[in-house]
Amino acid sequence: MQAFRDEVRAWLESACPVSMRTPAKESDDVWGGRRPWFPSEDARLWMQRAAERGFTAPTWPRAYGGAGLSRDEARVLAEEMKRLGCRTPLKSFGIWMLGPVLLEYGSEAQKLQFLPGIARGETRWCQGYSEPGAGSDLASLATRAARDGDHYVVSGQKIWTSHADKADWMFCLVRTGPEQPKHEGISFVLIDMQRPGISVRPIELISGSSPFCETFLDEVRVPVAHRIGPEGGGWTIAKKLLEHERAAISQLRDSASSEEEPLETLARRYLGVDADGALADAALRDRITQANMDFLCNQLTLRRSAAAAAAGRGPGGEALMLKLYATELNKRRRELKVVIEGFQGLGWEGDGFSELELRHTREWLRSRANSIEGGSSEIQLNIIAKRVLGLPD
Amino acid sequence: MGFVLTEEQEAIRRAARDLMRERAPVTELRRLRDSKDADGYLKTAWREMAGLGMVGMAIPERYGGAGLGWTELGLLLEESGRTLAATPLMSTVVLGASAVLLGGTETQRRELLMGVCEGRTLLALAHDEGTRHAPYGITTRAEPSAGRWRLHGDKSFVLDGHVADTLIVVARSSGERGREGLTLFLVPARAPGVTITRLSLVDSRNAARVRLAGVEVTEADVLGSVGKGADILDRVLDRGSIALSAETLGSLQEAFERTVEYLKVRKQFGVPIGSFQALKHRAAHLYCEVELSRSIVADALAALDEERAEVPMLASVAKARTSDAFLAIANEAIQLHGGIGVTDELDIGFFLKRARVAEQTLGSASHHRDRFARLRGY
Repeated sequence: MQAFRDEVRAWLESACPVSMRTPAKESDDVWGGRRPWFPSEDARLWMQRAAERGFTAPTWPRAYGGAGLSRDEARVLAEEMKRLGCRTPLKSFGIWMLGPVLLEYGSEAQKLQFLPGIARGETRWCQGYSEPGAGSDLASLATRAARDGDHYVVSGQKIWTSHADKADWMFCLVRTGPEQPKHEGISFVLIDMQRPGISVRPIELISGSSPFCETFLDEVRVPVAHRIGPEGGGWTIAKKLLEHERAAISQLRDSASSEEEPLETLARRYLGVDADGALADAALRDRITQANMDFLCNQLTLRRSAAAAAAGRGPGGEALMLKLYATELNKRRRELKVVIEGFQGLGWEGDGFSELELRHTREWLRSRANSIEGGSSEIQLNIIAKRVLGLPD
Repeated sequence: MGFVLTEEQEAIRRAARDLMRERAPVTELRRLRDSKDADGYLKTAWREMAGLGMVGMAIPERYGGAGLGWTELGLLLEESGRTLAATPLMSTVVLGASAVLLGGTETQRRELLMGVCEGRTLLALAHDEGTRHAPYGITTRAEPSAGRWRLHGDKSFVLDGHVADTLIVVARSSGERGREGLTLFLVPARAPGVTITRLSLVDSRNAARVRLAGVEVTEADVLGSVGKGADILDRVLDRGSIALSAETLGSLQEAFERTVEYLKVRKQFGVPIGSFQALKHRAAHLYCEVELSRSIVADALAALDEERAEVPMLASVAKARTSDAFLAIANEAIQLHGGIGVTDELDIGFFLKRARVAEQTLGSASHHRDRFARLRGY
């Protein structure tokens, strides 16, 4: 393993441009695709070089564009990248979510058709799951896929499709068996976004613009060969993919939260301190402390869960509370920031507000969605009650 | 690192759990209360714990202990919390023995710690005065008098005060207020001038008022350095906060588990009440509190073992968090048990009573939030 580590380290030193050894802003993220955008030439070079080595999808077999690394080797690669400060060369729903599912359920032809393009960053993917009438109750989805020879004719509407306006392909849940029980009539298909009949409309949020879109499908012809797994077997695949999505969400936010200044530092600027050096607003001081303590306990629980998993003893029930607790805590902290800023926390745009103040206000609004997306808090509570506590239906 | 227990630590936990279940179940607390037991703690269980080496678990071997660490002692404390076991663990092992280990001379340590490990010596820290915990709020005076001192003052809440053999009294030997000028004195409980009044508390555990009226103490009775007692006291109080948090963790887990079990077996309207979504959600929220408490207690105990600089901060987080969690769980436990939850017959009420007393002991949640903020500079 040491030889491998040395080799990786040497390669990173030579291949990763120096400007790529700093944390990336969200706006600098590289997503690839047919018409890819790069913040700089170095970013394009970095993605290209990483893709050539298969390091964009390290554990995938070489035949599919990966590096064929074992879990341990992939861990070493991640450690060496972190050590040098290398940013992720390619962000991709295709790599994080679709890839693992294709490897498990796809045919050889499908793997060869799709995986290399994903690993090279040539195709950008979006996720067609939720519909206006199917959110928490995803299995009630209604987008219809009617069989017509060697094609499906797909009609319906998807919502909350991130980056659909920039994506080349969509992995999509459709109903192929409307007569069957709802979980058994669902299929998993891959749809080329350039097909006739597809239109996309971005969704504006209470916080302003977002990557979310509505996707309308009007009699879109999709080859049956682009269905993954058996007809009617889509729900199993969908659930597997959602597991990968949960892991992906942690990839999405690299180190954003560690860059933020502590609440009390912000508070000192806006509230001032009394003669003893304590924040002048006692009630806010207590709320800030409560949030600080909860944040620490949450971080420790993350580490404890990871330690248990690494020791082969879990993760345990605590893993199921992490999404619920972290999102509710994030909402509280974002709200505290705008409360601390007083009038200055109320700006929408323009003069009279600093960039940071405006960003805090938008983040407070955007964070309202954290407890809804990716499995709402109410669903999480149901899951804890059932799977951890064993409470009856 | 504290998060994943070793085989040995798991064995210690199992042994502690078995002992507490057999020798110190909650019914024993009820018995002490109902029989108005003079000692107010489980003497036989304590002797057995001493015999098994549990009392001296974290005391160095050269004083008769097992030389293990805080993570191990934390497991014992947690299991004792599960059964609300009335033992002198907090007073004698955590507070008393820590003070002697941190500040005592070799002679003082040998004199006291051997007896502690063997289960024949009990210690009590006589510190707090007034109506709430205040580390430096000391008005008890140590008046110098011909090479010795006379102690004058009142202590309001001394854990196991009425059964202790030796008190560790915090007094002010110089200055008017604050951290400077405090001294720790070893005082035999039977010394002339000492009056101990046992308190009957809502949780049926031991605390006492201690009055000191001209109690004579000498150089040999000083623990640590004259006027610099706060250096020892700070560290003792942090150990106390973390240890009590570990005990509380056991109590809140037990209360939670009993409640979840009740939700499964109690039927109304033809179904188990645990099938009602409103109750499921309340239980799931409490589950989060249990897990968060578990994390901070584990890390605080590990920090003590590793002698990390952040021990004071972690002690305050642990105390505040477990206090709040225990109270939330204990209150909900009664509510979710319905009518029988407020009867004396059911044990669940003991948990609420304990939560209330534990909150005030060694500083309430709001005291520790204030302390945390001050440690972080705001």
